[in-house]
Amino acid sequence: MRACLAALGVSGLLLGAAIGRSQQNVPVPAKPAKGKIFAVNEIDKAPEKARAKSNPLANDPEASRAGRLLFERHCTECHGNAAEGGRHAPSLRAAEVQNAPPGAIFWILTNGIVRHGMPVWSKLPEPQRWQLVSYIQSLGVKPTAETVSLPTP
Amino acid sequence: MLSRLFLGPFLVLAFSLVFASPAFPQENPYIVAYDHYMEEPRSLEVEYFSTFGTQRGGNEFHSYWVELEYGATAWWTTEFYFDGQSTFHDSALFTGFRWENRFRPLKHEHFINPVIYLEYEHISGADKILKEIEGHDGQADTAERNAIARQEHKNELEFKLLLSSTYKGWNFVENTLAAKNLANSPWEFGYALGASRPLRLKASARRCNFCRENFIAGLEMYGGLGDRHSFGLRDTSHYVAPVVALNLPSDWTLRISPGFGLNDNSYRFLLRWGLSREFSGFGDLASHIFGGHQ
Repeated sequence: MRACLAALGVSGLLLGAAIGRSQQNVPVPAKPAKGKIFAVNEIDKAPEKARAKSNPLANDPEASRAGRLLFERHCTECHGNAAEGGRHAPSLRAAEVQNAPPGAIFWILTNGIVRHGMPVWSKLPEPQRWQLVSYIQSLGVKPTAETVSLPTP
Repeated sequence: MLSRLFLGPFLVLAFSLVFASPAFPQENPYIVAYDHYMEEPRSLEVEYFSTFGTQRGGNEFHSYWVELEYGATAWWTTEFYFDGQSTFHDSALFTGFRWENRFRPLKHEHFINPVIYLEYEHISGADKILKEIEGHDGQADTAERNAIARQEHKNELEFKLLLSSTYKGWNFVENTLAAKNLANSPWEFGYALGASRPLRLKASARRCNFCRENFIAGLEMYGGLGDRHSFGLRDTSHYVAPVVALNLPSDWTLRISPGFGLNDNSYRFLLRWGLSREFSGFGDLASHIFGGHQ
Protein backbone atom coordinates (compact mmCIF):
# COMPACT_ATOMS: atom_id res chain seq x y z
CA MET A 1 0.00 0.00 0.00
CA ARG A 2 2.82 2.35 0.94
CA ALA A 3 4.61 1.58 -2.31
CA CYS A 4 1.40 2.25 -4.21
CA LEU A 5 0.94 5.67 -2.58
CA ALA A 6 4.59 6.52 -3.14
CA ALA A 7 4.24 5.50 -6.79
CA LEU A 8 1.20 7.70 -7.23
CA GLY A 9 2.94 10.64 -5.57
CA VAL A 10 6.11 10.29 -7.65
CA SER A 11 4.04 9.82 -10.80
CA GLY A 12 2.07 12.98 -10.17
CA LEU A 13 5.20 15.03 -9.57
CA LEU A 14 7.01 13.70 -12.60
CA LEU A 15 4.04 13.99 -14.89
CA GLY A 16 3.70 17.60 -13.74
CA ALA A 17 7.36 18.17 -14.56
CA ALA A 18 6.94 16.62 -18.01
CA ILE A 19 3.90 18.76 -18.74
CA GLY A 20 5.83 21.79 -17.57
CA ARG A 21 8.67 20.84 -19.94
CA SER A 22 6.29 20.43 -22.83
CA GLN A 23 4.81 23.84 -22.18
CA GLN A 24 8.26 25.42 -22.12
CA ASN A 25 8.78 24.07 -25.63
CA VAL A 26 5.70 25.80 -26.96
CA PRO A 27 6.82 28.73 -29.07
CA VAL A 28 5.16 31.70 -27.39
CA PRO A 29 4.70 34.44 -29.96
CA ALA A 30 6.17 37.84 -29.20
CA LYS A 31 2.82 39.43 -30.03
CA PRO A 32 0.08 37.13 -28.79
CA ALA A 33 -2.57 39.02 -30.77
CA LYS A 34 -0.76 37.91 -33.93
CA GLY A 35 -0.26 34.46 -32.55
CA LYS A 36 0.30 32.40 -35.71
CA ILE A 37 3.96 31.82 -36.23
CA PHE A 38 4.84 30.40 -39.58
CA ALA A 39 8.04 28.41 -39.82
CA VAL A 40 8.59 28.71 -43.58
CA ASN A 41 12.31 28.27 -43.12
CA GLU A 42 11.80 24.58 -42.51
CA ILE A 43 10.68 24.12 -46.11
CA ASP A 44 13.92 25.68 -47.30
CA LYS A 45 15.88 23.15 -45.26
CA ALA A 46 14.63 20.23 -47.36
CA PRO A 47 17.60 18.80 -49.32
CA GLU A 48 17.62 19.21 -53.10
CA LYS A 49 17.21 15.47 -53.65
CA ALA A 50 14.04 15.47 -51.55
CA ARG A 51 12.66 18.61 -53.21
CA ALA A 52 13.14 17.07 -56.63
CA LYS A 53 10.84 14.14 -55.85
CA SER A 54 7.51 14.39 -57.60
CA ASN A 55 4.24 13.22 -56.08
CA PRO A 56 3.57 9.74 -57.52
CA LEU A 57 -0.12 10.21 -56.72
CA ALA A 58 -0.43 13.60 -58.40
CA ASN A 59 -2.78 12.18 -61.04
CA ASP A 60 -4.78 10.04 -58.64
CA PRO A 61 -8.17 11.73 -58.11
CA GLU A 62 -8.72 9.77 -54.90
CA ALA A 63 -5.42 10.83 -53.32
CA SER A 64 -6.67 14.20 -52.19
CA ARG A 65 -9.89 12.71 -50.74
CA ALA A 66 -7.93 10.08 -48.83
CA GLY A 67 -5.48 12.77 -47.76
CA ARG A 68 -8.32 14.79 -46.32
CA LEU A 69 -9.34 11.87 -44.11
CA LEU A 70 -5.74 11.38 -43.03
CA PHE A 71 -5.48 15.08 -42.26
CA GLU A 72 -8.58 14.85 -40.05
CA ARG A 73 -7.09 11.88 -38.25
CA HIS A 74 -3.60 13.12 -37.60
CA CYS A 75 -3.12 16.82 -38.29
CA THR A 76 -6.13 18.89 -37.23
CA GLU A 77 -5.18 18.80 -33.54
CA CYS A 78 -2.26 21.15 -34.24
CA HIS A 79 -2.90 22.67 -37.68
CA GLY A 80 -6.64 23.27 -37.27
CA ASN A 81 -9.65 21.82 -39.07
CA ALA A 82 -9.09 23.95 -42.16
CA ALA A 83 -5.28 23.82 -41.97
CA GLU A 84 -5.39 27.48 -40.99
CA GLY A 85 -2.87 26.92 -38.20
CA GLY A 86 -3.21 26.81 -34.46
CA ARG A 87 -1.44 27.71 -31.28
CA HIS A 88 1.30 25.15 -31.82
CA ALA A 89 1.59 24.86 -35.58
CA PRO A 90 1.61 27.11 -38.64
CA SER A 91 -1.02 27.58 -41.33
CA LEU A 92 -0.63 25.19 -44.23
CA ARG A 93 -2.62 27.58 -46.43
CA ALA A 94 0.24 30.04 -46.66
CA ALA A 95 1.75 30.67 -50.09
CA GLU A 96 5.11 29.26 -48.95
CA VAL A 97 3.52 25.86 -48.31
CA GLN A 98 1.12 25.86 -51.21
CA ASN A 99 3.84 26.81 -53.70
CA ALA A 100 6.52 24.56 -52.20
CA PRO A 101 7.72 21.55 -54.19
CA PRO A 102 5.66 18.49 -53.15
CA GLY A 103 8.90 16.72 -52.30
CA ALA A 104 9.72 19.36 -49.70
CA ILE A 105 6.36 18.92 -47.95
CA PHE A 106 6.85 15.15 -48.08
CA TRP A 107 10.32 15.55 -46.55
CA ILE A 108 8.90 17.59 -43.65
CA LEU A 109 6.18 15.01 -43.05
CA THR A 110 8.78 12.24 -43.04
CA ASN A 111 11.31 13.96 -40.79
CA GLY A 112 9.11 16.15 -38.65
CA ILE A 113 10.53 19.28 -37.07
CA VAL A 114 11.48 17.46 -33.94
CA ARG A 115 13.17 20.32 -32.10
CA HIS A 116 10.14 22.56 -32.67
CA GLY A 117 7.45 20.09 -31.69
CA MET A 118 6.37 18.51 -34.95
CA PRO A 119 6.56 14.73 -34.67
CA VAL A 120 8.05 12.44 -37.26
CA TRP A 121 5.32 11.03 -39.50
CA SER A 122 7.30 8.30 -41.20
CA LYS A 123 5.11 5.90 -39.27
CA LEU A 124 2.53 6.62 -41.95
CA PRO A 125 3.41 4.51 -44.99
CA GLU A 126 4.88 6.45 -47.91
CA PRO A 127 1.69 6.40 -50.06
CA GLN A 128 -0.27 7.91 -47.17
CA ARG A 129 2.26 10.71 -46.79
CA TRP A 130 1.90 11.48 -50.51
CA GLN A 131 -1.89 11.44 -50.10
CA LEU A 132 -1.48 14.04 -47.36
CA VAL A 133 0.74 16.15 -49.63
CA SER A 134 -1.94 15.95 -52.35
CA TYR A 135 -4.60 17.17 -49.92
CA ILE A 136 -2.51 19.92 -48.35
CA GLN A 137 -1.52 21.35 -51.71
CA SER A 138 -5.11 21.18 -52.98
CA LEU A 139 -6.26 23.65 -50.31
CA GLY A 140 -5.03 26.77 -52.02
CA VAL A 141 -3.52 29.90 -50.57
CA LYS A 142 -5.37 31.74 -47.84
CA PRO A 143 -3.22 34.70 -46.83
CA THR A 144 -3.64 36.13 -43.36
CA ALA A 145 -2.28 39.31 -41.83
CA GLU A 146 -1.16 37.22 -38.88
CA THR A 147 1.32 35.17 -40.87
CA VAL A 148 4.87 36.04 -39.98
CA SER A 149 8.17 34.37 -40.73
CA LEU A 150 10.62 33.11 -38.18
CA PRO A 151 14.03 34.62 -38.73
CA THR A 152 16.70 32.34 -40.14
CA PRO A 153 18.87 31.15 -37.26
CA MET B 1 -12.48 -15.96 -15.84
CA LEU B 2 -11.40 -15.97 -19.50
CA SER B 3 -14.70 -14.55 -20.70
CA ARG B 4 -14.26 -11.68 -18.21
CA LEU B 5 -10.77 -11.05 -19.60
CA PHE B 6 -12.23 -10.28 -22.99
CA LEU B 7 -15.31 -8.38 -21.90
CA GLY B 8 -13.33 -5.13 -21.60
CA PRO B 9 -11.99 -5.03 -25.18
CA PHE B 10 -15.37 -5.78 -26.67
CA LEU B 11 -17.07 -3.06 -24.64
CA VAL B 12 -14.42 -0.55 -25.68
CA LEU B 13 -14.69 -1.62 -29.31
CA ALA B 14 -18.45 -1.14 -29.24
CA PHE B 15 -18.16 2.21 -27.44
CA SER B 16 -15.49 3.38 -29.88
CA LEU B 17 -17.58 2.57 -32.93
CA VAL B 18 -20.78 4.11 -31.59
CA PHE B 19 -19.22 7.34 -30.35
CA ALA B 20 -16.58 7.68 -33.04
CA SER B 21 -14.57 10.81 -33.73
CA PRO B 22 -12.44 11.06 -36.90
CA ALA B 23 -9.14 10.83 -35.01
CA PHE B 24 -7.36 7.54 -35.63
CA PRO B 25 -4.08 6.67 -33.96
CA GLN B 26 -1.23 5.09 -35.92
CA GLU B 27 0.17 2.76 -33.31
CA ASN B 28 2.53 -0.13 -33.85
CA PRO B 29 1.35 -3.59 -32.78
CA TYR B 30 4.28 -4.49 -30.52
CA ILE B 31 3.72 -5.32 -26.87
CA VAL B 32 7.32 -5.93 -25.80
CA ALA B 33 9.45 -4.34 -28.54
CA TYR B 34 9.69 -0.59 -29.14
CA ASP B 35 10.03 1.36 -32.35
CA HIS B 36 11.50 4.85 -32.56
CA TYR B 37 8.27 6.82 -32.64
CA MET B 38 7.63 9.09 -29.69
CA GLU B 39 4.28 9.99 -28.25
CA GLU B 40 2.96 13.11 -29.93
CA PRO B 41 3.81 16.27 -27.98
CA ARG B 42 1.27 17.20 -25.28
CA SER B 43 -0.67 13.95 -25.85
CA LEU B 44 -1.41 11.49 -23.08
CA GLU B 45 -1.92 7.87 -23.97
CA VAL B 46 -3.63 5.68 -21.40
CA GLU B 47 -2.99 2.01 -22.02
CA TYR B 48 -4.19 -1.14 -20.36
CA PHE B 49 -2.46 -4.43 -21.05
CA SER B 50 -3.23 -7.91 -19.92
CA THR B 51 -1.30 -11.17 -20.09
CA PHE B 52 -2.80 -14.58 -19.51
CA GLY B 53 -0.10 -17.17 -18.99
CA THR B 54 0.15 -20.89 -18.50
CA GLN B 55 3.13 -22.25 -16.62
CA ARG B 56 4.34 -25.80 -16.34
CA GLY B 57 5.22 -25.82 -12.66
CA GLY B 58 2.54 -23.49 -11.31
CA ASN B 59 -0.95 -22.14 -11.66
CA GLU B 60 -2.12 -20.12 -14.59
CA PHE B 61 -2.00 -16.39 -14.04
CA HIS B 62 -3.39 -13.14 -15.33
CA SER B 63 -1.14 -10.11 -15.04
CA TYR B 64 -2.10 -6.59 -16.01
CA TRP B 65 -0.61 -3.15 -16.17
CA VAL B 66 -1.67 0.39 -16.86
CA GLU B 67 0.62 2.76 -18.71
CA LEU B 68 0.35 6.54 -18.72
CA GLU B 69 2.46 7.75 -21.62
CA TYR B 70 3.00 11.45 -22.14
CA GLY B 71 4.70 13.24 -25.02
CA ALA B 72 6.74 15.88 -23.19
CA THR B 73 8.31 17.00 -26.47
CA ALA B 74 8.67 15.54 -29.94
CA TRP B 75 11.98 13.97 -28.76
CA TRP B 76 11.11 12.95 -25.17
CA THR B 77 8.37 10.58 -24.05
CA THR B 78 7.83 9.75 -20.39
CA GLU B 79 5.71 6.93 -19.07
CA PHE B 80 4.49 5.40 -15.81
CA TYR B 81 3.38 1.84 -15.32
CA PHE B 82 1.43 0.34 -12.46
CA ASP B 83 1.18 -3.39 -12.51
CA GLY B 84 -0.45 -6.28 -10.71
CA GLN B 85 -1.35 -9.92 -11.16
CA SER B 86 -3.83 -12.59 -10.18
CA THR B 87 -2.64 -16.16 -9.93
CA PHE B 88 -5.36 -18.77 -10.21
CA HIS B 89 -5.99 -20.65 -6.93
CA ASP B 90 -3.78 -18.11 -5.17
CA SER B 91 -4.26 -14.35 -4.79
CA ALA B 92 -4.31 -11.01 -6.60
CA LEU B 93 -1.89 -8.25 -5.75
CA PHE B 94 -0.28 -4.97 -6.81
CA THR B 95 3.26 -5.77 -7.90
CA GLY B 96 4.95 -2.43 -8.43
CA PHE B 97 5.55 0.58 -10.62
CA ARG B 98 7.94 1.66 -13.35
CA TRP B 99 8.97 5.02 -14.75
CA GLU B 100 10.40 5.00 -18.23
CA ASN B 101 11.82 7.72 -20.44
CA ARG B 102 12.64 7.55 -24.12
CA PHE B 103 14.84 10.10 -25.86
CA ARG B 104 15.32 10.56 -29.56
CA PRO B 105 18.81 11.95 -30.09
CA LEU B 106 18.66 12.62 -33.85
CA LYS B 107 16.68 15.37 -35.52
CA HIS B 108 15.96 13.63 -38.80
CA GLU B 109 14.97 10.19 -40.01
CA HIS B 110 17.75 7.81 -40.99
CA PHE B 111 17.89 4.23 -42.24
CA ILE B 112 18.36 3.14 -38.61
CA ASN B 113 16.91 5.42 -35.96
CA PRO B 114 18.21 5.11 -32.42
CA VAL B 115 16.27 5.91 -29.26
CA ILE B 116 17.74 5.87 -25.75
CA TYR B 117 15.53 4.27 -23.12
CA LEU B 118 15.98 4.69 -19.36
CA GLU B 119 13.75 3.06 -16.77
CA TYR B 120 13.53 2.81 -13.03
CA GLU B 121 11.40 0.04 -11.62
CA HIS B 122 10.29 -0.80 -8.12
CA ILE B 123 8.63 -4.19 -8.28
CA SER B 124 8.09 -7.22 -6.11
CA GLY B 125 9.18 -10.77 -6.83
CA ALA B 126 5.56 -11.59 -7.69
CA ASP B 127 5.67 -9.37 -10.78
CA LYS B 128 4.58 -11.37 -13.84
CA ILE B 129 3.89 -8.80 -16.53
CA LEU B 130 6.87 -10.06 -18.58
CA LYS B 131 7.29 -6.68 -20.23
CA GLU B 132 10.85 -7.69 -20.86
CA ILE B 133 12.92 -10.81 -20.34
CA GLU B 134 16.32 -10.21 -18.82
CA GLY B 135 19.22 -12.28 -17.52
CA HIS B 136 18.19 -15.83 -16.74
CA ASP B 137 14.49 -15.11 -16.31
CA GLY B 138 12.39 -18.23 -16.58
CA GLN B 139 9.05 -19.55 -15.49
CA ALA B 140 10.57 -21.22 -12.43
CA ASP B 141 11.16 -17.72 -10.97
CA THR B 142 7.44 -17.12 -10.65
CA ALA B 143 6.27 -20.58 -9.62
CA GLU B 144 6.28 -19.66 -5.93
CA ARG B 145 3.09 -18.69 -4.16
CA ASN B 146 2.34 -14.98 -4.16
CA ALA B 147 2.65 -14.65 -0.38
CA ILE B 148 6.30 -15.72 -0.59
CA ALA B 149 7.20 -14.08 -3.89
CA ARG B 150 5.89 -10.66 -2.83
CA GLN B 151 8.41 -10.49 0.02
CA GLU B 152 11.22 -9.91 -2.47
CA HIS B 153 11.58 -6.30 -3.64
CA LYS B 154 13.60 -5.15 -6.62
CA ASN B 155 14.82 -1.67 -7.39
CA GLU B 156 16.16 -1.81 -10.89
CA LEU B 157 17.62 0.51 -13.45
CA GLU B 158 17.17 -0.51 -17.03
CA PHE B 159 18.83 0.87 -20.12
CA LYS B 160 17.79 0.04 -23.65
CA LEU B 161 19.04 0.94 -27.05
CA LEU B 162 16.08 0.91 -29.40
CA LEU B 163 16.89 0.74 -33.09
CA SER B 164 14.14 1.02 -35.63
CA SER B 165 13.87 1.31 -39.40
CA THR B 166 11.06 1.77 -41.86
CA TYR B 167 11.37 0.47 -45.38
CA LYS B 168 8.61 0.19 -47.96
CA GLY B 169 5.89 0.16 -45.33
CA TRP B 170 7.70 -2.34 -43.08
CA ASN B 171 8.95 -1.44 -39.65
CA PHE B 172 11.88 -3.36 -38.20
CA VAL B 173 13.00 -3.01 -34.59
CA GLU B 174 15.99 -4.32 -32.69
CA ASN B 175 16.09 -3.60 -28.96
CA THR B 176 18.87 -4.56 -26.57
CA LEU B 177 18.60 -4.05 -22.83
CA ALA B 178 20.91 -3.96 -19.85
CA ALA B 179 19.35 -4.04 -16.38
CA LYS B 180 20.94 -3.59 -12.97
CA ASN B 181 19.29 -4.55 -9.74
CA LEU B 182 20.56 -1.90 -7.34
CA ALA B 183 21.07 -4.56 -4.63
CA ASN B 184 24.46 -5.79 -5.81
CA SER B 185 23.26 -8.13 -8.54
CA PRO B 186 25.20 -8.44 -11.80
CA TRP B 187 24.15 -6.65 -14.95
CA GLU B 188 21.54 -8.64 -16.86
CA PHE B 189 20.83 -8.47 -20.57
CA GLY B 190 17.98 -9.13 -22.94
CA TYR B 191 16.70 -8.47 -26.43
CA ALA B 192 13.53 -7.91 -28.44
CA LEU B 193 13.15 -8.00 -32.20
CA GLY B 194 10.12 -7.16 -34.27
CA ALA B 195 8.78 -6.55 -37.75
CA SER B 196 5.38 -5.22 -38.74
CA ARG B 197 3.48 -3.74 -41.65
CA PRO B 198 0.00 -2.31 -42.25
CA LEU B 199 -2.14 -4.66 -44.30
CA ARG B 200 -2.53 -1.89 -46.87
CA LEU B 201 -0.21 1.04 -47.48
CA LYS B 202 -2.58 3.47 -49.22
CA ALA B 203 -5.38 5.02 -47.19
CA SER B 204 -8.91 4.54 -48.37
CA ALA B 205 -10.78 7.56 -49.71
CA ARG B 206 -13.92 6.64 -47.75
CA ARG B 207 -14.48 6.50 -44.03
CA CYS B 208 -14.22 2.98 -42.70
CA ASN B 209 -13.33 1.45 -39.36
CA PHE B 210 -12.15 -1.92 -40.57
CA CYS B 211 -10.22 -0.92 -43.70
CA ARG B 212 -7.08 -2.97 -44.17
CA GLU B 213 -4.83 0.04 -43.55
CA ASN B 214 -6.14 0.19 -39.97
CA PHE B 215 -4.73 -3.26 -39.24
CA ILE B 216 -1.02 -3.58 -38.58
CA ALA B 217 0.33 -7.11 -38.28
CA GLY B 218 3.73 -8.42 -37.42
CA LEU B 219 5.87 -10.66 -35.33
CA GLU B 220 8.02 -10.06 -32.30
CA MET B 221 10.61 -12.23 -30.61
CA TYR B 222 12.11 -11.56 -27.21
CA GLY B 223 14.19 -13.23 -24.57
CA GLY B 224 17.10 -13.02 -22.15
CA LEU B 225 20.80 -12.87 -22.87
CA GLY B 226 22.13 -13.99 -19.50
CA ASP B 227 24.16 -11.79 -17.20
CA ARG B 228 27.65 -10.39 -16.88
CA HIS B 229 29.06 -13.72 -15.68
CA SER B 230 27.27 -15.98 -18.16
CA PHE B 231 26.27 -14.11 -21.28
CA GLY B 232 24.32 -15.93 -23.97
CA LEU B 233 21.06 -17.47 -25.06
CA ARG B 234 21.24 -20.48 -22.74
CA ASP B 235 19.52 -20.89 -19.36
CA THR B 236 16.98 -18.20 -20.02
CA SER B 237 13.63 -17.96 -21.78
CA HIS B 238 12.68 -16.94 -25.30
CA TYR B 239 9.35 -16.23 -26.96
CA VAL B 240 7.97 -15.68 -30.40
CA ALA B 241 4.66 -13.87 -30.76
CA PRO B 242 2.56 -12.77 -33.72
CA VAL B 243 1.14 -9.30 -33.05
CA VAL B 244 -1.85 -7.49 -34.51
CA ALA B 245 -3.04 -3.94 -33.85
CA LEU B 246 -6.31 -2.45 -34.95
CA ASN B 247 -6.40 1.34 -34.97
CA LEU B 248 -9.93 2.46 -34.24
CA PRO B 249 -11.80 5.76 -34.37
CA SER B 250 -11.57 8.18 -31.46
CA ASP B 251 -7.90 7.35 -30.98
CA TRP B 252 -8.44 3.82 -29.63
CA THR B 253 -6.04 1.00 -30.42
CA LEU B 254 -6.59 -2.69 -29.75
CA ARG B 255 -3.61 -5.06 -29.73
CA ILE B 256 -3.63 -8.84 -29.52
CA SER B 257 -0.66 -11.18 -29.34
CA PRO B 258 -0.49 -14.90 -28.65
CA GLY B 259 3.05 -15.75 -27.53
CA PHE B 260 4.75 -19.12 -27.53
CA GLY B 261 7.63 -20.20 -25.31
CA LEU B 262 10.58 -21.52 -27.31
CA ASN B 263 12.31 -23.59 -24.64
CA ASP B 264 11.66 -25.37 -21.36
CA ASN B 265 12.46 -22.26 -19.30
CA SER B 266 9.71 -20.30 -21.02
CA TYR B 267 6.05 -20.12 -20.15
CA ARG B 268 4.28 -22.45 -22.50
CA PHE B 269 1.78 -19.89 -23.76
CA LEU B 270 1.13 -16.19 -23.19
CA LEU B 271 -1.97 -14.51 -24.48
CA ARG B 272 -1.60 -10.76 -24.38
CA TRP B 273 -3.95 -8.02 -25.35
CA GLY B 274 -4.01 -4.31 -24.79
CA LEU B 275 -6.22 -1.32 -25.25
CA SER B 276 -5.05 2.23 -25.50
CA ARG B 277 -6.66 5.61 -25.91
CA GLU B 278 -4.79 8.73 -26.85
CA PHE B 279 -5.86 12.09 -25.46
CA SER B 280 -4.51 14.74 -27.80
CA GLY B 281 -3.94 18.14 -26.26
CA PHE B 282 -3.85 16.79 -22.71
CA GLY B 283 -0.85 19.00 -21.94
CA ASP B 284 -2.74 22.10 -23.04
CA LEU B 285 -5.68 21.13 -20.87
CA ALA B 286 -3.47 20.51 -17.85
CA SER B 287 -1.65 23.77 -18.49
CA HIS B 288 -4.97 25.61 -18.70
CA ILE B 289 -6.19 24.07 -15.45
CA PHE B 290 -2.97 24.96 -13.64
CA GLY B 291 -2.78 28.44 -15.14
CA GLY B 292 0.06 27.99 -17.64
CA HIS B 293 0.67 29.89 -20.91
CA GLN B 294 -2.40 30.46 -23.03
